[in-house]
Amino acid sequence: MNWQIYLVLGTPLLGSILAALWGHKSWAAGLNIAISIGTFIAAAALTAHIISEGPVVTADEQFFVDSLNVFLVALTAFVSMTTSLFSRPYMRIEHAHGKLSDNRLRLFHSMYQLFVFTMLLVLLTNNLGILWVALEAATLTTVLLVSLYRTPASLEAAWKYFILCGVGIAQALFGTILLYSASEKVLGSGGSALLWTHLETVAGSLEPTVMSLAFVFLLVGYGTKVGLVPLHNWLPDAHAEGPTPVSAVLSGLLLNVALYALLRCKVLVDGALRAPFASQLMMGFGLLSVVVAAFFLSRQKDVKRMFAYSSVEHMGLITFAFGMGGPIANFAGLLHMTVHSLTKSAIFFAVGHAAQKAGTQIMDDIRGLMKVSPTVGWGLMLGSIAILGLPPFGVFASEFLILTTAMRLQPWATPFLLVALGVAFAAVFSKVQPMVFGETNARRLPHPPALVPVFAHLAIVLTLGFYIPPYLVDWYREAAKLIG
Amino acid sequence: MNLPLSSQIINLLAAMLLLLSFAMLTQRRILSLINLFALQGLTLTLSTLVVAWSTGQHHLYYSAALTFVLKVLILPSVLHRLIRKLSAKWDVETLINIPTTMLVGIALVILAFNVALPISQLAGTITKSTLGIALACVLLAFLTMITRSKAVPQVIGFLAMENGLVFAATSATYGMPMVVEFGIALDVMVGMVILGVFIFQIRERFDSLDIRHLEQLKEE
Amino acid sequence: MISWPGLIAQLTEIVLAVLLAPVLLGWVNQWRAWLQNKSGPGILQPYRTLRKLFAKEAVLAHNASPLFRATPYVLFACMCLAAGIVPTLGTDLPFSPAADAIALVGIFALARVFISLAAMDIGTAFGSLGARREMMVGFLAEPALLMVLFTASLISHSTSLATIVEHLAQMKFVIYPSLAFAGVAFTMVSLAENARIPVDNPSTHLELTMIHEAMVLEYSGRHLALIEWSAALKMFVYSCIGIALFFPFGIPAGGDAFGLLLALPALVAKLAVGGFALALIETLSAKMRIFRAPEYLGTAFLLAVLAMLIHFLLES
Repeated sequence: MNWQIYLVLGTPLLGSILAALWGHKSWAAGLNIAISIGTFIAAAALTAHIISEGPVVTADEQFFVDSLNVFLVALTAFVSMTTSLFSRPYMRIEHAHGKLSDNRLRLFHSMYQLFVFTMLLVLLTNNLGILWVALEAATLTTVLLVSLYRTPASLEAAWKYFILCGVGIAQALFGTILLYSASEKVLGSGGSALLWTHLETVAGSLEPTVMSLAFVFLLVGYGTKVGLVPLHNWLPDAHAEGPTPVSAVLSGLLLNVALYALLRCKVLVDGALRAPFASQLMMGFGLLSVVVAAFFLSRQKDVKRMFAYSSVEHMGLITFAFGMGGPIANFAGLLHMTVHSLTKSAIFFAVGHAAQKAGTQIMDDIRGLMKVSPTVGWGLMLGSIAILGLPPFGVFASEFLILTTAMRLQPWATPFLLVALGVAFAAVFSKVQPMVFGETNARRLPHPPALVPVFAHLAIVLTLGFYIPPYLVDWYREAAKLIG
Repeated sequence: MNLPLSSQIINLLAAMLLLLSFAMLTQRRILSLINLFALQGLTLTLSTLVVAWSTGQHHLYYSAALTFVLKVLILPSVLHRLIRKLSAKWDVETLINIPTTMLVGIALVILAFNVALPISQLAGTITKSTLGIALACVLLAFLTMITRSKAVPQVIGFLAMENGLVFAATSATYGMPMVVEFGIALDVMVGMVILGVFIFQIRERFDSLDIRHLEQLKEE
Repeated sequence: MISWPGLIAQLTEIVLAVLLAPVLLGWVNQWRAWLQNKSGPGILQPYRTLRKLFAKEAVLAHNASPLFRATPYVLFACMCLAAGIVPTLGTDLPFSPAADAIALVGIFALARVFISLAAMDIGTAFGSLGARREMMVGFLAEPALLMVLFTASLISHSTSLATIVEHLAQMKFVIYPSLAFAGVAFTMVSLAENARIPVDNPSTHLELTMIHEAMVLEYSGRHLALIEWSAALKMFVYSCIGIALFFPFGIPAGGDAFGLLLALPALVAKLAVGGFALALIETLSAKMRIFRAPEYLGTAFLLAVLAMLIHFLLES
């Protein structure tokens, strides 16, 4: 029996119910924070437990924790906690600006907790069918979050998001069905044929033809949620039109979680095929995403859209890294997942306040943040520098690892990656620089902005650039080994 | 060809499903579209029942009941109410003309059959040959979705795709484990509710249900 | 090797077709009238019309070419030949090795080409209009018809109609989803080909919509009689193809006299039911706009293609 898992899952679920009842009260934001902190503490306890005791399978084998998913659980719980800290002042300001009613706030708080719950369920479940169900539920909750403002643009973004991800995730269901049909022959019909722990042990005897086709569908399905080009169309809209805390968790967490689902399937397919089929597909999609997103970056006018494209680029890079496989690339991929989550959510926090100050999300109209609010300005500047992969931030370390591995294993891809990273650098830097420095047009906000999360995230990313603690290295290595 | 009678009936129902998918693809009227969707659900229920009966897989009875309640009773009546409330009995405009859509549809069917062929040969179920049809239904529903410009037909296309997936599950593996099936049904229900709310809001904001209004967000 | 019973069956078939065709037309019209709460002219009315037309003088336009004059005879001959190919009473037909299902479609096409040319021959507006529409319908209906025949051929591994019927009639009961699809497609095609209601209305001369009637406006007297007779024959032949492909039970293999005697009432019964079904369809459906016809025939083609695909997937 493992109480930490129940606590990790139960806290946000309970929180969403509480928020559904009292989410419109003035103390609801505090409640949201308290629940998120509770979830984080539970996740930390779970992590400590896993690190000391090793992998756990519990609750009639329905839940399964190893170092790969516990690392993501910890990350998810942490970022969702800091996001809840950030969303308190942010949503208060939006409320004061008249963009949100009390009822919308209730919806936001409730759905936010439910969203965290579904993500944690995706991460913790051992059943690939439940994984699909939870990921679909995550889509549904975020659809409501993206459309929170109910403006025409946000409705459009949410509709697009729903339809595209709905279609995508339907493909993933087809892939899951195929996977089940392959595993059922080995494991017998019934519940155990979709349990990952069982599947992993028999991966070698799964039918390769079925598995390769299943992976194509799973890649298209979950890849839509990861935001891989050419299935990324929903992503910039959803990021730009939803409330900023939602953009932060979408980029920082949901994309990771979807990629996690894909990784679990890749392990099985690799085991069944004994050929680099899945790897090649992932590398292809990853590289395409990096290159296309980099070139789209320079064409953006909306700041949140631009950083959404940057997320596409980085998810592509991570997918590429996992596609290459091997201990170093996987290590780098996991590290990049971490630093990207932290940095990107920090950027969105800063961008959110910047947009509130300027009263717009159009970059040409946001000027001289440094004058009115040095903290927001520095947050945005440092975040951008970090995400662009400049030393000494952690993104540099992971990108450096990915690039050097690529040079060794896939030399043909290196020039594309380098060019794309260069283009991305030029695009983002040239747009962020005038936003931060120069004359200002910003206004004062009715509530003080929340900047602790921004700098907390950036501090961690900076630390990871200098020094990765040994236990973290061991942990990443362990997880990298699981991915193969 | 010496198949047992139950297999023959399943094949016939599978062919009906494919036919209904095509009918939905080419249907102009929204009310007929909903009725076709209900009919598709009914066919799906029947085929699941036949599979359940001929293989003795008891959980498939539940799956059939779930399909019947959800896809034949609840969703079509919800859609009918939605249409009544929106007083929108318009003809569905398609973005591409219908003969072209049909040709694309045939191409998709050929593709689906070819993709599914190697898997069908490996599957051990009596329904294995219908997997291609299931995939074809999914793809046709997808095509139905992308060729419609109105919100409600898109939703129906989405639901029809779900039908195809359920059929795929029965034909490839005699259905998914029960807990997963319930999860899927729950997601569909919730998704439907959200979409219903959405459709009203889209109409409120845009004074129309034409998705072509939703084209403000794009790359310049 | 021509056997005497076979030859007799063959001749009986053709003669029977020629004689029964107007009765079938009358039967359909009678039912249509009854279904619309009218008293109807009686099932022998087509015969009376034919007798009247034969008695009349044939009037020809000044600029009518020999082609115009020859067309009614060519048409009639084509339909007789077609009636000879389709097995109705027995499968041991001396003609059947000469022409298979594809040739049958060719014979119909030949008739179509002649009547369209003849319609344009005089140079009136209606003639050309009708010819154009006829060619459009034919152009879309023929592939669908071929696909239907191919599906049946795939099941029985032969394109010869006699062999197909033999195979299908002897088979023990098996559900062929592909044949069900092909059946629907075939019904749609034959409605279009015989100028029946969803595509054309045989009982009006409304210039906006007519197809068949527009082409034969210039004919009179015995020419018109022959053309009307051929049209009735065409419908008869199509009904027989439908029966042969989808309800072949009761058509004896071989051609002995006893089997022939049994087959005759079966054929008449099936035709009667078929005629009633046609009248029912025509009563229940409304005529489409002519611009919808491509879509209608496209659907038929689609069904026929689906039938073939489903045959490959489910039945091979």
